[in-house]
Amino acid sequence: MKLGIQINEGPYQHQSSDSAYQFAKAALAKGHEIFRVFFYHDGVNNGTRLAVPPQDDRNITQQWTELQKEHNLDLVVCIAAAQRRGLMDEDEAKRQGKDANNIAEGFRISGLGQLIEAGIECDRLVTFGA
Amino acid sequence: MAKKFMYMNTKAPYGTIYALESLEVVLIGAAFEQDVSLAFIGDGVYQLTKGQNTDGIGMKNFSPTYTALGDYDVNKIYVEKESLEERGLSLDDLQHLTWEDEDEDWAEKDSIRLVSRSELADVIEDQDVILSF
Repeated sequence: MKLGIQINEGPYQHQSSDSAYQFAKAALAKGHEIFRVFFYHDGVNNGTRLAVPPQDDRNITQQWTELQKEHNLDLVVCIAAAQRRGLMDEDEAKRQGKDANNIAEGFRISGLGQLIEAGIECDRLVTFGA
Repeated sequence: MAKKFMYMNTKAPYGTIYALESLEVVLIGAAFEQDVSLAFIGDGVYQLTKGQNTDGIGMKNFSPTYTALGDYDVNKIYVEKESLEERGLSLDDLQHLTWEDEDEDWAEKDSIRLVSRSELADVIEDQDVILSF
């Protein structure tokens, strides 16, 4: 089955990103295809590389980065939600005249159309949080 | 073939950002020419109330945007009757949302469909994609 995943909540505060990660891993192990993971609302904060969780805890962003590498996942952070919350890549930082960027490896920033496209293309769009 | 997309709005317009960012998805999604419906349940019905005034909370009043949905061909807006009643509200407390029907010489029609909980369940059953906010 071709699956789309939408994550609506930030890391650690909510379990939605953890649950989505476990779901994605399980789905891939069963041979399903993950068309795209779309991060919306505070979910965009899952894509910052500047978070430093305690060493004895999971690193949610790093888990996604590793899963992305392993399965060539398409991890998309919503640009409109990201702009509000200060999550940006190098291009966006330049465009907005900011002195830094913070997007983690394996994530990319794009528009809400990517979420709609996932709804159109996938057999199921599975939402985590909200 | 177009899929049936339903945007399920469950939260009050202010207090959290879900309602505003749901509206942003609806507006972008309108360009994809899918079969779009909106549903308002629970505190989500407050999103459509008329006479919203946000002066006291320093936030943007985005409620006028709902009246533009008809121009985006978003004209199936389901409001759950029980949710209104549970909050002491009626259709008269909501904005009058309309759209113009191209096939009937641009006749102005109501966008809001007041449905019972069980009727809405049937509409939900019929959808392909549900985005919940």
